Amino acid sequence: MTVEIPKDSWTGTIRTITLGAMADEGGTRTSKITVGGQKTLPFMQFEQATPNRPVIAIEIADRFPSDWSPLLQEFWADAAKDPGEWAKAAEAAGAEMIVLLLSLTDEDGNPNTPERAVAATKKVLEATGLPLFVYGPGQAEVDNELLLAVADAAKGEKIALGICEDKNYRTIVAAALANDHFVVARAPMDVNLSKQLNILISDMKLPMERILMDPTTGALGYGIEYGYSVMERLRIAALQGDSMTGLPMIVTPGFEAWKTKEAKVGHDVPEEWGDWQERAIIWETLTAVPLVESGADIVVLRHPESVKRVRKAIDELMTIPEMA
Amino acid sequence: MALSGIQIYKLLPQTNCKDCGFPTCLAFAMKLAAKQVELASCPHISEEASEQLSAASQPPVRLVALRANGNEVKAGNEVVMFRHEKTFYNKPGLFLRFRDNENLDDIKQRVQKADAYTVNYVGIDLQLDGFAVEAASQDASKFEEVVHTVREHTHRPMILITDNPEIAGAGLRAIDGEYPLLHGATPENWQGMVEAAKQHEAALAVTGKTLDELADLTAKVKESGLDDIVLDPMADNLGMSLTKNTQIRRLALKKNFRPLGYPIITFPGNAPDAGHEAILAAHAIAKYAGFIVLDHFKPEMIYPLLVLRENIYTDPQKPIQVQPGVYELNDPKPESPVLVTTNFSITYFSVANEVESSGLPAWLLVTDAEGMSVLTAWAAGKFDAERIAKAVKEFDLVSKVTSKRIVLPGHVAVLSGELEEELPGWEVRVGPREAVDLPSFMKQVLT
Repeated sequence: MTVEIPKDSWTGTIRTITLGAMADEGGTRTSKITVGGQKTLPFMQFEQATPNRPVIAIEIADRFPSDWSPLLQEFWADAAKDPGEWAKAAEAAGAEMIVLLLSLTDEDGNPNTPERAVAATKKVLEATGLPLFVYGPGQAEVDNELLLAVADAAKGEKIALGICEDKNYRTIVAAALANDHFVVARAPMDVNLSKQLNILISDMKLPMERILMDPTTGALGYGIEYGYSVMERLRIAALQGDSMTGLPMIVTPGFEAWKTKEAKVGHDVPEEWGDWQERAIIWETLTAVPLVESGADIVVLRHPESVKRVRKAIDELMTIPEMA
Repeated sequence: MALSGIQIYKLLPQTNCKDCGFPTCLAFAMKLAAKQVELASCPHISEEASEQLSAASQPPVRLVALRANGNEVKAGNEVVMFRHEKTFYNKPGLFLRFRDNENLDDIKQRVQKADAYTVNYVGIDLQLDGFAVEAASQDASKFEEVVHTVREHTHRPMILITDNPEIAGAGLRAIDGEYPLLHGATPENWQGMVEAAKQHEAALAVTGKTLDELADLTAKVKESGLDDIVLDPMADNLGMSLTKNTQIRRLALKKNFRPLGYPIITFPGNAPDAGHEAILAAHAIAKYAGFIVLDHFKPEMIYPLLVLRENIYTDPQKPIQVQPGVYELNDPKPESPVLVTTNFSITYFSVANEVESSGLPAWLLVTDAEGMSVLTAWAAGKFDAERIAKAVKEFDLVSKVTSKRIVLPGHVAVLSGELEEELPGWEVRVGPREAVDLPSFMKQVLT
């Protein structure tokens, strides 16, 4: 019996985005990343080969965040004392891209300053040639102040600035426009809110090829099904021809998973949860892999063992299966 | 594929005789299309029309239920490719595999441990669904003995794995009277396997390296009178599995292709290590498997898989909610603080679990946010100062507390000013963003 395989036909294409400027473009990056370009649902390679593989980023910070799990502290240990060292260690652990998180305050509780933010960014840019994303601490005024300085200092490197949200995007987009950078647009698990934010940002004349969208996902056990379905719906809408949703997606399973009790905490938890370290790694990988299968183009992770496992999963998804 | 009322009407006698209890044949057809009446209510239906109608009313993915001692594991009956289109119905069964050449005492202990395993997630007790035994020894009596031993230590449904019909018969004998799954039929052995499955009453898994091969074999098996078929597409990596499982589901749903309209079985346990096994199993849960056979039983792996299965199979139309109201955590006193959150079940359980395990007393005010989490509800305008103040009044907190301290989730710190205006006389505090940080906040800031 010859089974005829039904193939979807779509009209839309996900935009292709390339980040990171190497010497030929006047930057100092030693590699770039290119994501997007799909014309099919994720990894439907019997319809068309997947043009670009999903990228794995490691998230680091300008100083080790006090609310991160002791397991992460234990792993990164001394490297985490310096953002440059941390970035190098992340590259050695298999990161293809770095996400640098700027803190709200310094060790003594004083507000972070543009000078410190720039210094941390420069250290990372000097320590590694990987493409860089820089995220503010998540408070509008501070984000704007720090990211403006960072955008200026990193001019020519084609980094991405985050995070644009509907309540705070103008300054960040302006900083990206002025310095030839990219932005990350985050909306809270809603197809229409994601789309709307993309429209608002592109209304400021930032080309769509410089926007990555973060649909927000939730962690395994803490709402991942919402994020998962929103991503599937965004991707379907894009392939149906809605260009305002046809952007590569960046998701943060490291952030999501490591704030859950299951990953973060090892004491006073039910015995049925099993070994802490392995559970934490599985929590991170089992948050990441379903998101990759629902359309993530960049996954931001925190633990190197997860990086290794998710890479193997992506390797297998990118291999074109021999169906004969 | 489901027929429309009009399509059904064309197959009816069209005499409007009313013997079915409906005024016209068309009215009856509409009820049939809506699956509100049985075709048997029409006494005049022709045999040919009846056949066509019953074929059309079959689900695109056949429901296969394995049974033992009152336990049941069902797979199939799915109607969509993506959960947001409707929902996924039958959670895939998670099975743990043993090989009959392993140490018998060791098997006993591991079965007991896995069988007794229960883990609580948002108020639901989650467990493994069953056990699989593989005849690695190629020895019928050995297989029978091990199947028997496993059965002595669990009441859950079983999957027996061998490609030898005689050995299959021996294993099935050990659990006669149950309804297990026999794995698996190949182009070489299928007649013997069908016979064994029929004789002992078992569902049969059919293996095939290609979909062509699979479809050929299911057609033969069905023709020989066995209906409960399960597909093993023999995909040994993620890309292959995603491709084949998607193609099978598409063929069943979109083309009503009967030879592949069956649930799928996968073997993540074939992975070289447990880390990758967990990933393959997670993929199988999200992407269309009906039975999932694991080799490792480790709580730190089973728990996340069981949770993922709950998540993916949650009905997207109905977020799991808890009742809005005031919940008492650790016998709160009038001077204990009031914590506020939304009625999304995961949000509620995260907060309640943290506070309960800390032993610190508090009143937990759960507002009606239509089942959304704090940030989502806030973005959607379902969790604001006005609604919180309304809930404070509605649930009459003033009669319960003397020190009027109310703690907002850190994610909605922006609401604190408005809430102070809405609740004169109350002290509004901003708590941590994540529930996990609540106990230390309560210890440091509230005492």
